[in-house]
Amino acid sequence: MTLVTRRSLGILSLGFAAAAASILRPKSAHAEDIAVHIDNFVFEPQQLTVKVGQTVTWTNRDDIPHTVVCAGKFRSKTMDTDGTFTFTFATAGEYKYFCSLHPHMQGVVKVE
Amino acid sequence: MSDHDHHDEGNGISRRRVLECMTWAGTGVLWTVTGGVPHSLGMVGSAQAAEATGMTFLQISDSHVGFDKPANPNALGTLEEAINKVRAMPAKPSFMIHTGDITHLSKAQEFDDAERIISQAKLDVHYVPGEHDIIDEEIKLYKERYGRGTKGGGWYSFDAGGVHFVGLVNVANLKGGGLGSLGNDQLEWLEDDLKGKSKSTPVVLFAHIPLWTVYPQWGWGTEDGARALDYVKGFGSVTVLNGHIHQVMQKVEGNVTFHTARSTAFPQPAPGTAPSPGPMKVEDAKLRSLLGVASINFKQNNQPLAIIDTPLQG
Repeated sequence: MTLVTRRSLGILSLGFAAAAASILRPKSAHAEDIAVHIDNFVFEPQQLTVKVGQTVTWTNRDDIPHTVVCAGKFRSKTMDTDGTFTFTFATAGEYKYFCSLHPHMQGVVKVE
Repeated sequence: MSDHDHHDEGNGISRRRVLECMTWAGTGVLWTVTGGVPHSLGMVGSAQAAEATGMTFLQISDSHVGFDKPANPNALGTLEEAINKVRAMPAKPSFMIHTGDITHLSKAQEFDDAERIISQAKLDVHYVPGEHDIIDEEIKLYKERYGRGTKGGGWYSFDAGGVHFVGLVNVANLKGGGLGSLGNDQLEWLEDDLKGKSKSTPVVLFAHIPLWTVYPQWGWGTEDGARALDYVKGFGSVTVLNGHIHQVMQKVEGNVTFHTARSTAFPQPAPGTAPSPGPMKVEDAKLRSLLGVASINFKQNNQPLAIIDTPLQG
């Protein structure tokens, strides 16, 4: 993955990768993160299919804050420029999400 | 423009004054109400403002305190420039409305900075929140500062100069795929609030996101805004003031005049002219011509509404 969050980069460089990852993402069964970028008020990729247990990291690359909200499932804090949000999908299903600040921005993660 | 001429009252407009007024397109809109029709006087600090008759108030919007990206690395500085223009106005407006996005990220420091600058205008300010003001978990910071005496999510009404003002909140509880939203509770309150009013009372509705559909592809509209407009149908004079889109846009539909104000922080592109509605980076020399405030004068004699906005710099 080209995208590594600053937080995990720092952790990796400290050499505590395994221990820290298990604290941050206790349910993560897979090593690699899957990335969604926000550019120009668009989630890219807008549709994504992952496996149960996989983790998705959203990164805001706009000059305007955004959020990632899936009603009843997850809700990010507001991500300013370069801010990230990470969620691990433990249950199969279709997760439609949107930006609560700009609700015309929508995306979906299918978890198999 | 003919206003100045009609209300000159012997105060000749010096060339310098006129130029001053020209430099003001974009800081705020000064509004005045005379006899029921809200009337924009254009630039704050302009000669027009000095000669206003009737009640005059000011609109500022989208100050985004805390924003520091390339489109304007110093949003607090341009807010201060706008407020300095307000302070320099020859005739003091009755009050100011702020149509939201006071802050960029709803941080306490941003609210404090905004308050410190805006209070220098020494005017009462009536706020409505933008989506950037209610980012913190329980909307605590906005409500603590500006929510006193408001209903529900922060809506309220008040009367001034014979005009009924209604501040609406259309940035909360937004749904995926939707636009701005007022919600049923607020709409019921609005219907009730307007019930006792005589139809000759001029009404001003103000909210952050435009109540009319400007450009739904960018979320620029309010999904249940039409219901609010239904309730004001019978009124002789209705003015709808919004922010959010960081540019002046205006339309008149029957008895209703719609108007959006410039931001004091950064411009946004015209609908559909860019890949996104994000902050528009312009040449430094051009920035202040795209920021501003608005002044509104309610005029008597049923003169047609004229809204003229004023930039920080022509």
